[in-house]
Amino acid sequence: MSDRYAATDLIAVAMSGGVDSSTVAALLKRDGYNIAGLTMQLWNQRRLPEVATDSPTGRCCSLDDVYDARRVAEHVGMPYYVVNLESQFEKSVVEPFVDEYLAGRTPVPCTLCNTFIKFDRFLDLADSVGAHSIATGHYARITRHAETGRFEMRTAVDASKDQTYFLWGLTQEQLARTLFPLGEMTKPEVRALAAEFNLPVAKKHESYEICFVPNGDYAAFMDAYLRDKGVEPAATEGQIVNAEGRALGRHAGAHHFTVGQRKGLGIAAAQPLYVIATDSNSRTVTVGSGEDLLRSTLIAHDIRWLSWPGLAAPTRLRVRIRNRHIPAWATLYPLSETRAEARFDEPQRAITPGQAAVFYSDDLVVAGGWIE
Amino acid sequence: MQHYYFDHNATTPVAPEVLRDLTATLVEVSGNASSIHHFGQAAKQRLESARRQMAARIGCDAREIVFTSGGTESDNLAIFGIARRTVVGSAGRVKKHVITSTIEHPAVLNACAQLEREGAEVTYLAVDRDGIILLSELKRALRPSTVLITIMHANNETGILQPIREIAEMARASGAVFHSDGVQMAGRIPVNVRELGVDLYSISGHKFGAPKGIGALYARKGIPLEPISFGGHHERDRRAGTENVPGASALGRAAELAADWTGTALLRDRLERGILDRVPGATVNGSIAHRLPNTTNIRFDGIEGEAIVIALDLRGYAVSSGSACSSGAVEPSHVLLAMGLTPEEARSSVRFSLGPENTESEVDGLLEAVVAVVTHLRRISPAVTPKTVQHV
Repeated sequence: MSDRYAATDLIAVAMSGGVDSSTVAALLKRDGYNIAGLTMQLWNQRRLPEVATDSPTGRCCSLDDVYDARRVAEHVGMPYYVVNLESQFEKSVVEPFVDEYLAGRTPVPCTLCNTFIKFDRFLDLADSVGAHSIATGHYARITRHAETGRFEMRTAVDASKDQTYFLWGLTQEQLARTLFPLGEMTKPEVRALAAEFNLPVAKKHESYEICFVPNGDYAAFMDAYLRDKGVEPAATEGQIVNAEGRALGRHAGAHHFTVGQRKGLGIAAAQPLYVIATDSNSRTVTVGSGEDLLRSTLIAHDIRWLSWPGLAAPTRLRVRIRNRHIPAWATLYPLSETRAEARFDEPQRAITPGQAAVFYSDDLVVAGGWIE
Repeated sequence: MQHYYFDHNATTPVAPEVLRDLTATLVEVSGNASSIHHFGQAAKQRLESARRQMAARIGCDAREIVFTSGGTESDNLAIFGIARRTVVGSAGRVKKHVITSTIEHPAVLNACAQLEREGAEVTYLAVDRDGIILLSELKRALRPSTVLITIMHANNETGILQPIREIAEMARASGAVFHSDGVQMAGRIPVNVRELGVDLYSISGHKFGAPKGIGALYARKGIPLEPISFGGHHERDRRAGTENVPGASALGRAAELAADWTGTALLRDRLERGILDRVPGATVNGSIAHRLPNTTNIRFDGIEGEAIVIALDLRGYAVSSGSACSSGAVEPSHVLLAMGLTPEEARSSVRFSLGPENTESEVDGLLEAVVAVVTHLRRISPAVTPKTVQHV
């Protein structure tokens, strides 16, 4: 554990009820740290009953997860609290998610949540209860530059679990107060530790879905959310067109589609058709061949510089354009302090507006921004 | 770390004398109070002795006490027991009407919501900024079809008292049955149900030193109460189910101890004065004059009450804020919202509820902790100082 922390300082552990955060709590407790567990109640499942689910995915902040977190807290021997951040979550994550989707982009709610809730609000919360630092179960590493003292983020040792694609929005101040104890471990090592600690959640399955969207069905979630808000989803229907603008069919709402999507178009064609673009203003979904999905450049805006303070000249970096994407070599041309163009060595498939582009130099997370 | 308890409106520790009675009853009295043999008779005697003790504490006849599992069941029995009863005569075709208030405990509010689903009409009386209903509004709400008025005696979150005697008079004049949730009063403050004039009065054991899981409903003789659960002929056909004799015995013993919490006002005032003097932007919510002696509900402008509660707990002081939802997260208090506070003000409020075992040095320790916690919170969020908070 880092020497930045004295054992007497209170550390707030963000508890999700899953294996990772539970193992973090047990590890810190074993090492003699003074810890308290906090769970953020972000979304009320009863809010949209028609899309509620009992499945283990898409049941964010379910009572079962809180129950598990409470059991772990008891097992570990730390005080535990649930705090209500529902209104902040809806404002900072759910509303932008829905707005972005309706505007024809494919948003990354986990990045918004990490930036505005999990770190921003959670750090405030930790501060307010007297904890200077927080610890979470994210897979990423925080280091410090030997000369400048700047905090740096590096990819997790376990590349298959790396979560830096969602963490690039953290500020220096946030990094200074954050611990990622799992960044140096592989998932099997974490599972083994959880079993060794006898944690009641050691064998629990994990969710890969966006937490508040049941079963990963964005369209159903958005329809239900819009109805809840009094917006009639039927107003979103429109045409499916090809690159030449010829109508091929109709769709129930552009927000049902995301760039690169192949299934669910409902159009018979000789070659596989993919969504190339969606436009909420004209309510059109443009489709084309796999070739049409390839792009060689992207422009990222609202860039946050993470491990590097900025960029003065074009630089060779690797760029990740979605979570499971293998970062591809590109040259990054700075356009302003917060805007840059990436020119890829090889064309990339389905560069999607609204998604994040994250820039890497080896294992260092240099910066991240939003794809225009 | 030493932990200190200032959340007596949530529940109270079992009094040592009550614990001795409880364990003795569990060990010595094993029979079913409905059995005719020796064991049954011993159980019945203990049960009836407890009933007399409870009755004596609130000034009624023992036969008017129905033992229940607690405050929620007492409220439900009172409300459904009256409102579901068939109304005879000309009102038979008219929708039954019930009057309650917006600041009631969920046990009353949700029972009334269920009555609405069953076809009754419910009027929810508003409260003023002090947290008290307006009798003129009650008068206006009364109809010939009003079968029940249910208004709490002391509010659990603010401690504020309602004008029970006046309500009882109006109920009597109109012919409606009057139920009051007395859970925060009974066993703590001397109460005489005859003087109050209530027809039904809910009592909860764990609010005054008896264990959880036992309570009582005072049902004035002649009030025709329909049962809400069905089984044997227990409790004069008003509440089916084998009697909880150890619980009832403990409740009776707690009632007999006749604790008087009036004196907690001294320490409550010491705490309140200290906070108001030393913490800028602190205000007492609701009436100062008409409230329980042990309770103060204070809002700290611009600060989350939830953060105060957690920070105080980590320093060893147990207080509360709002009401917990099913996950344990806190939602803004419906009581404070009903009193006209904004959601932000409601969220910035903290309830301190003292008990007879709290000492002056505990209170002084709590005061120092509150000052330290609030000062810290104001320092880390300087954007929200008392001066910049907007009052709508």
